[in-house]
Amino acid sequence: MQLTLWTYEGPPHIGAMRIATAMDGLHYVLHAPQGDTYADLLFTMIERRDKRPPVTYTTFQARDLGSDTAELFKTTALDAYERFKPEAMIVGASCTAELIQDDPGGLAKALALPIPVIPLELPAYQKKENWGAAETFYQIVRALAGAHAPAPGFKRTARLDGASPTCNILGATALGFRHRDDVQEISKLLTSMGITVNVVAPYGCRPSDIARLGEADFNVVLYPEIAGQAAQWLKRTFDQPFTKVIPIGVGATRDFIAEVAGITGVDPAPVFAQPDARSPWYTRSVDSTYLTGKRVFIFGDASHAIAAARVASKELGFTVVGLGTYSREFARDVREAAKLYGIEALITDDYLDVEQAVQALNPELVLGTQMERHIAKRLGVPCAVISAPVHVQDFPARYSPQMGFEGANVLFDTWVHPLMMGLEEHLLAMFRNDFEFHDAAAPSHLGKSAAPAKPPAHQAPPDAQPVFADTPQAGASITPVEADASGPVIWLAEAEKELGKIPFFVRGKARRNTERYAADLKLKSISIETLYDAKAHFSR
Amino acid sequence: MTSTAIHTLIPSPIAARSQGACSERPILKERGQREVFCGLTGIIWLHRKIQDAFFLVVGSRTCAHLIQSAAGVMIFAEPRFATAIIDERDLAGLADANEELDRVVARLLERRPDIKMLFLVGSCPSEVIKLDLSRAAQRLSSAHAGKVRILNYSGSGIETTFTQGEDACLASLVPELPLSAKTDAPALLVVGALADVVEDQFARLFTELGIDNVHFLPPRSSRHLPPAGPNTKFLLAQPFLTDTARALEQRGATHLPAMFPLGVEGTTAWLKAAAAAWNIDADKFNATVAPGQRRARTALEPHRFRLSGKRVFFFPDSQLEIPLARFLYSELSADLIEAGTPYLHKGHVGADLDALPATTLISEGQDVDKQLDRCRAAKPDLVICGLGLANPLEAEGFTTKWSIELLFSPVQGFDQAGDLAELFSRPLVRRARLEV
Ligand code: SF4
Repeated sequence: MQLTLWTYEGPPHIGAMRIATAMDGLHYVLHAPQGDTYADLLFTMIERRDKRPPVTYTTFQARDLGSDTAELFKTTALDAYERFKPEAMIVGASCTAELIQDDPGGLAKALALPIPVIPLELPAYQKKENWGAAETFYQIVRALAGAHAPAPGFKRTARLDGASPTCNILGATALGFRHRDDVQEISKLLTSMGITVNVVAPYGCRPSDIARLGEADFNVVLYPEIAGQAAQWLKRTFDQPFTKVIPIGVGATRDFIAEVAGITGVDPAPVFAQPDARSPWYTRSVDSTYLTGKRVFIFGDASHAIAAARVASKELGFTVVGLGTYSREFARDVREAAKLYGIEALITDDYLDVEQAVQALNPELVLGTQMERHIAKRLGVPCAVISAPVHVQDFPARYSPQMGFEGANVLFDTWVHPLMMGLEEHLLAMFRNDFEFHDAAAPSHLGKSAAPAKPPAHQAPPDAQPVFADTPQAGASITPVEADASGPVIWLAEAEKELGKIPFFVRGKARRNTERYAADLKLKSISIETLYDAKAHFSR
Repeated sequence: MTSTAIHTLIPSPIAARSQGACSERPILKERGQREVFCGLTGIIWLHRKIQDAFFLVVGSRTCAHLIQSAAGVMIFAEPRFATAIIDERDLAGLADANEELDRVVARLLERRPDIKMLFLVGSCPSEVIKLDLSRAAQRLSSAHAGKVRILNYSGSGIETTFTQGEDACLASLVPELPLSAKTDAPALLVVGALADVVEDQFARLFTELGIDNVHFLPPRSSRHLPPAGPNTKFLLAQPFLTDTARALEQRGATHLPAMFPLGVEGTTAWLKAAAAAWNIDADKFNATVAPGQRRARTALEPHRFRLSGKRVFFFPDSQLEIPLARFLYSELSADLIEAGTPYLHKGHVGADLDALPATTLISEGQDVDKQLDRCRAAKPDLVICGLGLANPLEAEGFTTKWSIELLFSPVQGFDQAGDLAELFSRPLVRRARLEV
C-alpha cells in the first residue's frame, strides 16, 4: 500500500482512454463501476473536448456482483456497437473489474462482432497511465496494421528516384501536453523537408489509418512514453526505422532534422536556416545576460524533463540544479541525463519528495508539471509548466507548440517571462531603499502572495534577535522537514543585518553559501566576518 | 444494460400547473450506464467542513485520481485526504493488506498530529477483496487511543452514488454522538453539510424564533460532536441522507419532514417544520422570517424574468434534483421537462415532489445514452448535467449548467436564494450576450 496525496499519473485505463479519445471510429467498452465515469470530465473539461470520449462503461453495482456482471458486459458491448457503429473496438477492465475477473476480451470475442475487437490487459495494481497508453496503442497497431504485415524478414527497399519519402508521426494523444500543436509544427517541418506525412497516430486518425501505417518509409516518434513500444514493433515487422531525437529546443530540433535527413537522404540544409527561429538571437541579446546561471529545477515525464534540461542549460545558460521524473520506466535515461549536469536524478512519484527537493535546492525557477506549479507557488518561486499532468491552462487557445523552432520560441517566452525581467532587477537593486521598491516587495508579475511579507531587514532594530538559519518559508509548516542532527547554525544579529543589505535576489544564495561554509567549518554562529569569508570562498 | 424497468410511460395530458396528488405519479426507472460520481467525491467538501478530520481512502490509483480530478483547482496545500493505494503485494494476501494499512495509518498520524478524527473510506477494490475496514478501524482506534478517533464508511462506486458518500460518512458518525436523554431539553439537530455562512444564518434565525438548543451535523470540529437522542428533533438540510436519518431515528430522534430549504418557499417551509415542533406561534414565526423572505423575493425577481417559461432538463447527479426542480418551477416559473435523480427517496423529497407538475417526467437511475436521446428530442432551453456531459451538449447547441456547482456553492436559505437562481440564469444570460 502506498500513501498518496496527489498522483502524477492516473491508472492505466486512463491511458487507454487517451488513445481512444484521440481517435475517431474507435470505441472503448470498459468494465467499471459508476464512479470511474469521472474520467470523461478530464477530456470534456480539462481539454475542453466538444464530444464525449468514445467510452461506454458497464457501471456495475454491488447487487450485480457474483450474479451477472459478465452478462452486463456483453449487453453493454453489444449496445455500444449498435449505437456507435465503430470501425474497431477496444475492451478491458478498470481496477475493480480486474478483481472480479470477468475476462472482457473473451466475452467480447464471444459476441462475434463484425469488426476488429482488441482486448486490453492493463494491470491496474502495477501499472500507470502512460504505460496503459503505450500498451493500448501497441495493441491497436499490432491488431490493425499487423493484418497487413509482410512476411517475416521483410526488408524495405529504397524508393524510386523522385518519389518523396513518407513517414508516420506517432504518439500524440488526447489530454497530452501540447500534442495538438507539436503535431502541427513537426508536420510542417517534415513537409518543408520534402517528406510526406502518411498517418498521424493516434491523434485524429481512424482505425483504417492505423491499418496503413506500414506504407510509410519511417516513423517519427514524438513521445516515446506512448509510441516507443509500437514503433519498435513496426520496425521489426515493417522494417521501418524510427527517430529517437525529441525535437524540443533549437539544438534538438537541428539534431532531429539531421536524423531525419540521415534516414531519408534528403538535404537538411534548407531547413537548418530557419528565419522563424528567434530564440537563438533572443538568448544572445544582452538583455538576457541576467539569465546566466539561474538555478533551475526540472521535473516531468522523462522526455520533456530531459529535453528541458538541455534547453535550460545550453540555450538559456541556466544552471540545472535538479532533474527528475515520475516515469519510472524511463528512470535510466533521466539518470544518464542528470550526470551531464553533475547532479543526481530524482526518480519518484511521491509529490512530497519533490516538494522537499525543491525546498532543499532553493531554485530560482521551477520547470515542472501542474504539481510543481503548486509547490512553486507555495514557495514563491517562478514556475513554467513543461509536462503532463495537465490542467485546463495547458490547453491555450493560441498556437503554442513545445517542439520545433516555433516550440523553441515558445519555450523562451514561457520560461523567461516568469522570471524577473533583467531591467526590473537592476532597478530594484538601485532603488531598494525606496519605499515602493523595498526588497520584500515581490515582482509585480508574481502577485501578492509570492514573497513572505517580512519587514526589510535594514529596518530591523539594532538589537534584533538572532534568527535561526533557514527560516521556513510558506509551506514548510505543513511539511515537516527533518531537523539537522547537528543543530541549526545561528546568525548573529549583525550578520543577519548585513545579509539584508545584499540584494534580495542573490540573498538566498548568499545565505545558503554562508551556511554551507559555516557548517563545513563546524561554526556554531555566523558573524559578519563569516559572511564575507564565505563570499570570498565562493567567489568565482 | 437495456433492462429499463419502465413502470409506466407518461406524460399525462394534464395541464401544466396542476399541483398535488403526485405521490402516486409514475416514475421512469432506468438501469443502464450511469454517468455519475461515486461516494468518494463527498470527501472534497466534507474534509473542508470537519476541520480536524482526515479522510483516508483505501482504494486504487483510480480512486486517488477521481478525487484529485473532481477536486480540480482545489489543490492548495497538503490536503486532509489521501489514498492508501492497494498494490499487487496487498492482493497477494489479506493479512498483508491489514498490516500495510496499519503502517500507512501510523505514518499518516505521525505526519499529521493535528488530526483528531480519521475516516477510513472504503472503495470498490477494498470491498471486492473484502478488506474489513470496520475491524481495521476498531483495531487502529485502540492502537491510537486517546489521540485520534478512527471511523470507517464506504464511498465505493458499487455501493454509493456521489452524495451518498456524505450520507455514509454522517451515518458512521451517529454512533459516536453523545447520547442525550428523553428528559433533556428538546434539541434541534440540522443534518447535512452546509456552508458555514449558511449554518450561521440558520442558527441566528432559530435563536430569533426562540429555539435555542440547536446543533449541526457534521460539526466543524470533531471535538464538538452534537448530542442526539429521544429529545432530538432533526431537520434534514440535504435530501440524500437516508442512512443517517435512519440511524438517528434508531437513537430515538424524530425526523421533521419538510421541503428542503431552497428559495423562499422551501426555506419558509423548512423553518416552519421546526417552528411547529416547538409550538412557535404563527405571528412570531411570520415576523421572524419576513425580512429574509422580503430580501429573497427581491433577489429572485430579475431571475424569474430570465427563467420564466424556460424549459429545463435535469440529468441525475446529487439527489438535489427534485428540490431544485421544485424551486425552478414554483418560484421561478420555469417549465420542467425531466427531473432525473440517481435515487428517489419519497419519504424525504415527498413535499418537493408533490409540488412538481404532472407533465414533468421523473426518472430514477440512468441509462445515459437514452437520456441524451430524450434530451435532444425535447430540445430544452437549459440542461443541468455533470461535467462529462456539459461541453458536449454545449457543442450541440444546448445551454447547460454543471450540477456540481449547485452542491459546492452555498445555496440554502433566504439570503442565498438569489445566488441559487443566478446559477441557473447565468448560462442563459451568457449565451444571450455572446456573438461568437
Ligand atoms: S467507483 Fe470505485 S473504483 Fe472507481 S473511483 Fe469510485 S470507489 Fe474507486
